[in-house]
Amino acid sequence: MNITAYIVLSGILFTIGCVGVLTRRNAIVVFMCVELMLNASNLALVAFSRQHGNLDGQVAAFFVMVVAAAEVVVGLAIIMTIFRTRRSASVDDASLLKY
Amino acid sequence: MNFVKPTIEYSQLWPLLVIFAVACIGVLVEAFVPRALRFRVQTVLAAAGLLVALAGTIWVATDLDVLGDGVARGSVDVEGTIVIDGPTVFFWGILLVFALGGVLLFAERQLEGGVSAFAGQAAALPGTEAEREASTRGLEHTEVYPLLMFAVGGMLLFPAANDLLTLFVALEVLSLPLYLLCGLARRRRLLSQEAALKYFMLGAFSSGFFIYGVALTYGFAGSMGFSEINEAVRNDVGNQTLLLLGLGMVSVGLLFKVGAAPFHSWTPDVYQGAPTPVTAFMAAGTKIAAFGAILRLYYVAFGSDRWSWQPMLWVIAILTMVVGAVLAVVQTDMKRMLAYSSVAHTGFLLTGVLGVQQASELSDGQVTSLQAVLFYLTTYGFAMIGAFAVVTLVRDSGGEATTFARWQGLGRRSPLIAGLFAFFLLSMAGIPLTAGFVGKWAVFTVALSAGAWPVVIAAILCSIIAVFFYVRVIVLMFFLDGDSSGGEVATVTKPSVLTSATILVGVAATLVLGIVPGPVLDLAANAGQFVR
Repeated sequence: MNITAYIVLSGILFTIGCVGVLTRRNAIVVFMCVELMLNASNLALVAFSRQHGNLDGQVAAFFVMVVAAAEVVVGLAIIMTIFRTRRSASVDDASLLKY
Repeated sequence: MNFVKPTIEYSQLWPLLVIFAVACIGVLVEAFVPRALRFRVQTVLAAAGLLVALAGTIWVATDLDVLGDGVARGSVDVEGTIVIDGPTVFFWGILLVFALGGVLLFAERQLEGGVSAFAGQAAALPGTEAEREASTRGLEHTEVYPLLMFAVGGMLLFPAANDLLTLFVALEVLSLPLYLLCGLARRRRLLSQEAALKYFMLGAFSSGFFIYGVALTYGFAGSMGFSEINEAVRNDVGNQTLLLLGLGMVSVGLLFKVGAAPFHSWTPDVYQGAPTPVTAFMAAGTKIAAFGAILRLYYVAFGSDRWSWQPMLWVIAILTMVVGAVLAVVQTDMKRMLAYSSVAHTGFLLTGVLGVQQASELSDGQVTSLQAVLFYLTTYGFAMIGAFAVVTLVRDSGGEATTFARWQGLGRRSPLIAGLFAFFLLSMAGIPLTAGFVGKWAVFTVALSAGAWPVVIAAILCSIIAVFFYVRVIVLMFFLDGDSSGGEVATVTKPSVLTSATILVGVAATLVLGIVPGPVLDLAANAGQFVR
């Protein structure tokens, strides 16, 4: 089976996520873009798993999902606290620490 | 399809499992033990867990199997996912010692007048009635101890991981609790929350790179295991582009964790904003664990592909040292200055990573680069924890006073504390008769014997710049008059025995390792090499 198409798609998804993290202002959207990057790796893992004919990649994809869920728990808690304190979820507003 | 029961070597792994068990029990304690008792129960539990794990690590270290030619000792456990070998137990030992220091600093309550350095109620908004009520009732978050233990568990797993998936899971287990701990400061909560947000966002971004790199490396090698990857690299099967991209992206994730330039920008913000006990623990622990992972990944999995990663590390090491040393010069905040100095130390450590790996290529009595880095990490950890512990003591009416202006003339008001701080700074600068000197000597000589002289020259120049900013702080403390600045000056608050013990152990270790480094160098040499 030719997996090139899947790898290219995962590369595109990863790039979209990466560009999103760098350009978007809202912390929640930035966070969603990180999740997109993780899902792009899931796609690549599963595609490579198919190519190599072993299950390592598919098992890894499950672990990535679990880790992503754990990251959501921690991340949303942190974003929530910041939002309640500052009434804003913009990552540009958090700028007390610099230089 | 047949399922084969995996074999798990509990006799080797139990120190790691003790830490995770204590963390889980800590969560249960939060649910079932009355609030008044929690502080005592949690601290005793955490300290006891760390001591048991430390004893266990020494126990495991004394009867590692000797393999083949005798340079490597240890075994590959849990179906090839975890390696317990000489370097692993050395990393475990120093990590557990520094985690113990972290617990002592976390448990310090005398400095804030009966409460810990952590927010009374993290959910209460800063400056509101709810926050004042939490503070008058003397509430505190004892959840920090289970969080600390989870982070320690992840740190122990990180240098022991022998496949990319375990490495990824360990990376997250060590990072996620730290993100939360950074946001829990009692004072200056806006800074603390901002530090947590920045650390989390950038950390999640870098772990996205890491896992995509893992996927590409898996695509190249067809396996996650380090030895299989090494096999694939050596036999040159698969697509070289996948290997190079994968190696690069995995490196981004790991270099972010150690704070190497150009992935260092989180370090000063997070070190400054986080509660100082967390900074102390994180500065020592994360760096040690991540260097363990870097060494094993580069030497074992990509060992046959040295010529791909070595030029990259040359550039990054030089860049990191220059950025760390130059930017530290212009800082006016003590925690930020120490953060940039820790970036510079990352560069010196990377210089050590570039050294000679095989003992057979060296003359007798010379250390390999793994051993030099192990020794450097030990000296670095003691100095960092000690220095940040001193920072927690220097206070004014608003809590910890970290700006340089407040530290003026501290040497005249409290010669002892200022003297100890100066000693830590001298060790970080690498002045002879301190541990830092021996550490620097070790990493520079291994890099020289591997022919990395441009990096060593850059390292020596950066060490000279570093001496400048460390000495500037010493001049500030001892030779400038505090009253002339006009503003409020900081004084030293008397700590309880917990912080004092941490500082004293740090000073003693820094002094002893500087004068008689032999025993610890021998210990690092006995750690031998990675089991492949």
